[in-house]
Amino acid sequence: MNSMNTAAMPAQNVSEKVAKPVIDEKPETAVITEGSTVGQPFADDPKFKLRNVEVFYGENPAIKNISLDIGRNEVIAFIGPSGCGKSTFLRCLNRMNDSIDICRVKGSLMLDDQDIYDPKRDVVELRARVGMVFQKPNPFPKSIYDNVAYGPRIHGLANRKSDLDDIVENSLRKAGLWDEVKDRLDATATGMSGGQQQRLCIARAIAVSPEVILMDEPCSALDPIATAKVEELIAEMSESYTIVIVTHSMQQAARVSDRTAYFHLGHLVEVNDTDKVFTAPDHQLTESYITGRFG
Amino acid sequence: MSNTKDDVYGDHISARFNDELTELKTQFLNMGGMVESQVEQAIEALTNNDSQLAEDVRQNDKTVDRMEMDLDEEAILVIARRQPAARDLRLVISVIKMVADLERVGDEAKKIAKMAIKLSEEGQAPRGYVEIRHIGKHVQSMLHDALDAFARLDSDQALRVMKEDKQVDEEYQAAARALLTFMMEDARNITRCMMVMWVLRALERIGDHACNIAEHVIFMAKGEDVRHSPMEEAERVVGR
Repeated sequence: MNSMNTAAMPAQNVSEKVAKPVIDEKPETAVITEGSTVGQPFADDPKFKLRNVEVFYGENPAIKNISLDIGRNEVIAFIGPSGCGKSTFLRCLNRMNDSIDICRVKGSLMLDDQDIYDPKRDVVELRARVGMVFQKPNPFPKSIYDNVAYGPRIHGLANRKSDLDDIVENSLRKAGLWDEVKDRLDATATGMSGGQQQRLCIARAIAVSPEVILMDEPCSALDPIATAKVEELIAEMSESYTIVIVTHSMQQAARVSDRTAYFHLGHLVEVNDTDKVFTAPDHQLTESYITGRFG
Repeated sequence: MSNTKDDVYGDHISARFNDELTELKTQFLNMGGMVESQVEQAIEALTNNDSQLAEDVRQNDKTVDRMEMDLDEEAILVIARRQPAARDLRLVISVIKMVADLERVGDEAKKIAKMAIKLSEEGQAPRGYVEIRHIGKHVQSMLHDALDAFARLDSDQALRVMKEDKQVDEEYQAAARALLTFMMEDARNITRCMMVMWVLRALERIGDHACNIAEHVIFMAKGEDVRHSPMEEAERVVGR
């Protein structure tokens, strides 16, 4: 535990009350106290240090006082029923919510001890460091090559054509796509299969050498084989990137993540090692959700 | 038997999932009841020199074996269909493991029945039957309580069963010493005394299996594995 945990003390104190085993209780009797999270929301070596984060759409609170660390090179899964705020929270991490006029973000969100919401911060640079992969594959209507080369070009990462070629090849290799597309790099990306398009989007995100990759239900539009390939990719990428994945598939969270965070009605109810969450979760609501008792 | 905590495995969005878990529990308790009656009848056959009853016990062991296979199949299907998590997963996994314990209890009952047949053929005033009755009662009540703890997901009762096991071990040691004395007094007692010793050994093993079931009940209720841990650890887990 280090100094940043002083900010988290109130949350931990409250969480002790909620952390009692609740196997005898019904879901309705389970308690959520605002700002309290059961389990292990903090990390020793955080990439993101998020404290007392609140998000409002107009007057409506979507995220209610959440404090969480995301560890360096960790895969953390956000799960929870629809409308629980997991995607909203994810989108705070690279300011994707900026484009929504009525959305306000409060609290402290630090990436490597730098304020993500500093007004002077260059958002383009932030999003190069914190890449994103969306639910539906959204390749540009350009060639496969240009999709991957787009980011490095606008960020000036390659001075020569051969450098750019290397970046494109490396990114496609890391995304497990190179062998499938190396002979048709000039073909249009929209002609690829859904699974290939999604891996292309991952390659596109990797191409600008991000530190973090945010994934918002990256497999929900994919078939099981394409899903397995993306999950395999997540496992490989976890060696060099911090990955935050929002997923509706609990089995997917169980398979790919180191820690799992359970969101409920804008609260962060529980964060624990994934192994623990899926065998013996601490909070009644987590248990009810992952065992299919409501959702 | 109270069923206050029965709905711990209910309330799924899928009613069929509820049914499958209830079926698993019911089948397990049926098998438990069958095994309990096997133990009871084996002891009765032995102490009453009733070789016909002993033969029935031997035959019924086939039913116990079939129940084991049915239960394992049911548990595998639940995993394949539902990918259970948390307490549901702990129930299914524990059932798979406890079923093996129940089957072994059935085997011990069969062993006792075999000894009952042999001893009835010898037809002589028995030594050690008092001990068999006594330890037999003790392990039967342990088995019953362990199954009851399972039915009600009662970790306090499971802990009590675990504590009983030490007493059974002591009673077994004492009975074994007494039998050794008989054997030393007269070598002609040795064959019979050894058979009684095997029966006592079988009973002691039944106590161990009841204890294993109790440990799984604590795992089901609390999510912590208390096998091979000191009793204080089990007490801490149950008490929290």
